[in-house]
Amino acid sequence: MTGVLPTALEEATKVIQALLVSGKEYVCVMKLHSKVSEDRIRAVLEEFQGEIYQMPPVRASVKRRLRTRKIYYTELLETVETDVLFKVGCEAGTYVRKLVHDMGEALGCGAHMRELRRTRAGPFVEDGDMVTLHDVFYRHSIWQETGDETMLRRFIQPMEKALELIPKIYVRDSAVDAICHGAHLAAPGVLSLETEIKAKDAIAVFTQKGEAVALAEATASTEEILRMGHGFVAKTERVLMPRGLYPKMWRGSS
Amino acid sequence: MKRTIPPWEVRRSLVTKAEEETDPRFGCKPEDRPLRDYVRFGVVNLDKPPGPTSHEVAAWLKRILNVERAGHGGTLGAYAGEIPK
Repeated sequence: MTGVLPTALEEATKVIQALLVSGKEYVCVMKLHSKVSEDRIRAVLEEFQGEIYQMPPVRASVKRRLRTRKIYYTELLETVETDVLFKVGCEAGTYVRKLVHDMGEALGCGAHMRELRRTRAGPFVEDGDMVTLHDVFYRHSIWQETGDETMLRRFIQPMEKALELIPKIYVRDSAVDAICHGAHLAAPGVLSLETEIKAKDAIAVFTQKGEAVALAEATASTEEILRMGHGFVAKTERVLMPRGLYPKMWRGSS
Repeated sequence: MKRTIPPWEVRRSLVTKAEEETDPRFGCKPEDRPLRDYVRFGVVNLDKPPGPTSHEVAAWLKRILNVERAGHGGTLGAYAGEIPK
């Protein structure tokens, strides 16, 4: 299986948890066990959109119990004889091999997955920024020979890229270091924020320069945060920025 | 069932609560980090080849770039989400 595999380096490995729970898109070749009309295939693909039940496969990395997953969309791309090429956008943790098997049952003919390529993992897609291991090896050696940093900077992206789809709250310089020490974000520290945030949502705390400070859980909605004069608006869960980058403008307990 | 909007199609806008300038003496834009920090706080959008496991691919990247740690965001195994061989 091939495709988009965002890989984080050193300090950035902390953002992986955000990617693990982000949506994915795949292009898949489904092999039908006998011929079925294209209309029927189209109908079944559509039937599998929305909330589906899925039993993790025998050899799975999670407990085997029926669970639901959201299929955002399916799209038929091409059929050739009993090969069906289709696209699926789904929630993290969807087993595409299982999905194909279940579609085969629904079609009545049976089916298995022949090939799979991931075309999206959260904000990462197959674009100009995607590189093969060969590209990495080549560009890294050019950098070593010539000292030309742009070779590295072009394919390595700041960890903030991984947080592109997570709603953000931008804070004052004076609030940054406290959060780096694990403090929760209080209302006065907030400068701006994105719409559609609800309590309990996963959010990211950012500086005005666009640096990620921490992953947090919102404790209020966008509208509430805008009105709040005091009190916590987000619980810090994972600090991403090292301490001491911004000045310490808070008083410790000692 | 109908198509639903995936997270990557959700459009959000920014609303302001208060205004304040950021002090250029502290921190910097992510793309302006000095090279060493740029790498340490970096992510690579790898195109996984068929064959090796996601874990092996991450280990190779770690070796090529000579970094201490590299971790991938979601197994893309021979069994896609199942335990790799």
